[in-house]
Formats: sequence, C-alpha cells, structure tokens
Amino acid sequence: MTPFTYARANDPADALARASAGAKYLGGGTNLVDLLRETVERHDALVDVTGLSAEISETADGGLLIGAEVRNTALAEDRRVRERYPMLSRAILAGASAQIRNMATVGGNLLQRTRCTYFYDTAGSRCNKRSPGSGCDAVEGFNRIHAILGASDKCVATHPSDMAVPMAALDAIVHLKGAGGDRTLPLRELHRLPGDHPEIETVLEPGELITAVELPPLPFACTSTYRKVRDRASYAFALISVAAAIEVKDGRVKDVRLALGGVAPKPWRAEKAEAALRGQPATQATFAQAAAAEFADARPLKDNAFKVPLATRTIAAVLGELTGETA
Amino acid sequence: MALIVNGAQVAVPADPRTSLLDHLREELHLTGTKKGCNQGACGACTVLVDGERIISCLALAVQYDGREITTVEGLANADGLHPLQQAFIEHDGFQCGYCTPGQICSAVAMASELKRGLPSHVTGDLAADSVPATREELAERMSGNLCRCGAHNGILDAIATTFVLDEPAPYRADRPVEVAA
Repeated sequence: MTPFTYARANDPADALARASAGAKYLGGGTNLVDLLRETVERHDALVDVTGLSAEISETADGGLLIGAEVRNTALAEDRRVRERYPMLSRAILAGASAQIRNMATVGGNLLQRTRCTYFYDTAGSRCNKRSPGSGCDAVEGFNRIHAILGASDKCVATHPSDMAVPMAALDAIVHLKGAGGDRTLPLRELHRLPGDHPEIETVLEPGELITAVELPPLPFACTSTYRKVRDRASYAFALISVAAAIEVKDGRVKDVRLALGGVAPKPWRAEKAEAALRGQPATQATFAQAAAAEFADARPLKDNAFKVPLATRTIAAVLGELTGETA
Repeated sequence: MALIVNGAQVAVPADPRTSLLDHLREELHLTGTKKGCNQGACGACTVLVDGERIISCLALAVQYDGREITTVEGLANADGLHPLQQAFIEHDGFQCGYCTPGQICSAVAMASELKRGLPSHVTGDLAADSVPATREELAERMSGNLCRCGAHNGILDAIATTFVLDEPAPYRADRPVEVAA
C-alpha cells in the first residue's frame, strides 16, 4: 500500500470538503483495502464515512430509505426488507460471507469494483480500466467469468454486486450529495457501460457522495426472489444471477421485474424479457421465450457462451418457482 | 485513540495502513488470529468487534477506534477453555489447526446471529421469527471460514454440540432443534 492519511467524517459536509481536497471515501473497506494493498488503487487520503447515515426509515409513499452506511447484514435482516422486498434480502445473503456482510456498507457495495482477474493483476496484465489505453487481456484471455451483455472491445468485466441486482429490478433511487447540492438518480443510471472508457464506471461527479438508496413501494415485490448460480454452493461471486418479482392475474403476467447479475458491466435490468412477459400467459413456455429474448443480442466470449443457456434456464426456473408454473 | 482488545485498552497504530490483523499479530503479539489469504477469501483472520464477526485482514485498525475487539485469546478464561474450544478437541474439529481460531471466533458470533433469527442464504422462510438450526444452516453460515484440511464435519459437530440444546453428538441433520444462548 502506498501511504495515505485517514480521517473520520463528522458529517456529510465534512466528508464532501475532504473529498474535494482529494480524499477517497472509505466504507467498510472490504474492497478498497484490498485494492489499495494490491496497488490497483492509490490514494493520498481516505475519509471514513461509516459514521454517517446508517438508518433505514419509511418514506411517505410506503417505500424505504436506506442510509448509505447501513451494513449489508443490517439491510438483509431488516424485517421490512424481508417481507416487502425478499429478493433484496436474499441477494445480500447470497453475497460474500457473514463476516464481510457485517463490514460492507450499502454505498460501498454499489461502488465496489470488478473482480476481473486481469484488472487485479498489476504485475502482468493489460487492463483499460486500471490503466486506460493499455489494452484488455480479458478479451482474448480466459474470460469464463466475463460479460455477455453490454461489454465493449475495451472491457468485458462484470459488476460483481448481488445487492445491486434486485435494487435495479426495484427501480431504486440513489440519493447523492455533491458540491453542486443534492440530487437523486435512478440506480439503473448510476453505472455506465464501458464503451471506450471503462475506467469511468459511474456517472458520479468527482467527490459526489452516495447518502442513501430509496426503494419505492412495489406491492407485488413481496412475491420475489433471487437465485445465484456459482461455482460452489456459497462464498463465491455469481456466474449468473436472477432477481425476479412477478404478479399473475387470471393466469396472465400482470407485471414483472427482472434483473440479472454476472452477465454485464452493470446490474442488468432485463427489459426485453419483461416486455415479452407482460400480458402473456404465465407458463413455462412464455418464461423460456421471454428469457431467450433477453439474450438475442448477447455477445458471448470464447469461454463464457455457457452463460446464455444458464441464465435463460435460470430465469425460467425462478419465474416458475414464484408462480408455481413449473415445467 | 484506543482499541479495546480482549478487555485491555491499546493504542491505535500510527500508520493508518495497518490492518487490524497486522496490528493484533505484529504489535500486540496476539498471534492466535491467523493470516491466511490476506484478501478476504478464507476467514482465518476472523475476530469479533462488539460481538460481531469480521475479517481483520481487510479492516484498517484505525477504523475500529473505541470498539471492543475479541480474539481467540479472549475467549478462554481462568476456568479454562471456551466450551467451543473443548468441543473442537473432542470432535476433531481441526487437523493442522491454522483455520481454527477463525473458525471458533466465527462460530461464537454465528450462534448469536442464529439465536436472534438472522436468516441465511438457505433459510426457507424469510419472514419467520426463528431459524431452525439444521446442519445445512450451520454449514452455510460457516462458509466464510475455509478449512484446507477438510475438517468441516468435525467443525460442524463441535459447533452443533456446543450451541445446540438437547442434541447429543454427532449432530443429526434431520432433527432441527433450538439454539442455546
């Protein structure tokens, strides 16, 4: 690690002032400390924001406002989340380990960086995200864990968060505080696709601070779940994952929310599949067709073509589980 | 600026780069806590902070100013080993022993998580107030602690007999039971 100074932010204004002077925000540290140790990132100053907003409160319209410093365990455990948004609890509980969930914050989870092995390999690999313009060794390399949707020829890394996937499905809103004041942003617009600049991962302004994530009310999300497929049964990143909520009326899909993890550089809202489901009979045939529609434009790499059928089948299986319409 | 480690006040390191793990081992000479992967992938460095389990390798010690840290050295007392330590011996919960302090600290906190009804990845009903202490639940909840010797069956037996009431060893997966304090 290169040397840095450390300070605790007393309040958001203090945090912003330190960030404007060049400090990097520090949450639970479960990703940033590792990145610093591997010298993937170097910072002269860290400002610890874990003492800021760590409350979960009701919003006027019946949603929830989650402070950015709420720990992952606390969010998954919250009874309102478990009952109203079970896919969010399940996604968090499917991620990392109990120890890491106790440390990791909501804001940090959103801003964690890819676990692409070439991104981490400072000693021997080219990476446009780590060193812009240097090239990407994943495109032609061992790319089994990489993206099949939304990638570019400059970067094929995936976003590793489980938590962000149901949040994308729920149309969560990110609350931000910056030098220009406060603003909100749909979570689905927080992360950028890589295009020619994979080093720019979000639309955040320099020094802008995530203060909270708002979950709008969505009554049918009480029928929702998250399924994660990975190389071992626990404590591993997703090969693919599916967050789904569905409402069926008179045998037809009245409404549905679908988002995918492990397939793209950002939490991937499956809009094509959703469109193919709404109004259609809630059957396995419909589920399979809708899932296939989402991957019509998929661009699998040398080692990850398996993700297309794996994700297609998992979507159909999860919708089947939620509706009782099994094959 | 002070950490409270196993009940004693100790200074926070001057260099903020110091991990809690390195501070415990190199400065305080509490070498029970082990450095395995040093990147959050094995759980060997698990310690308790205000009773909650964390991995100390990815924790900057300065972040824990004023917090109560318990390491494996803090679990035993003048009366002898912690019951879970004794159970690890009786159930062959280790071979080389390197992951053991992390396993034991982790399991102590895991038992209180289970008792307060925190669900896990394998919990069927998220809305339920209590979680049945099945072997599947214990295995999932301990998945953040890897054992390269493969002593997981003995580890789960030791945990089950220590924290699960009215259940003789070996623990039976098909008989969910209540969890003790």
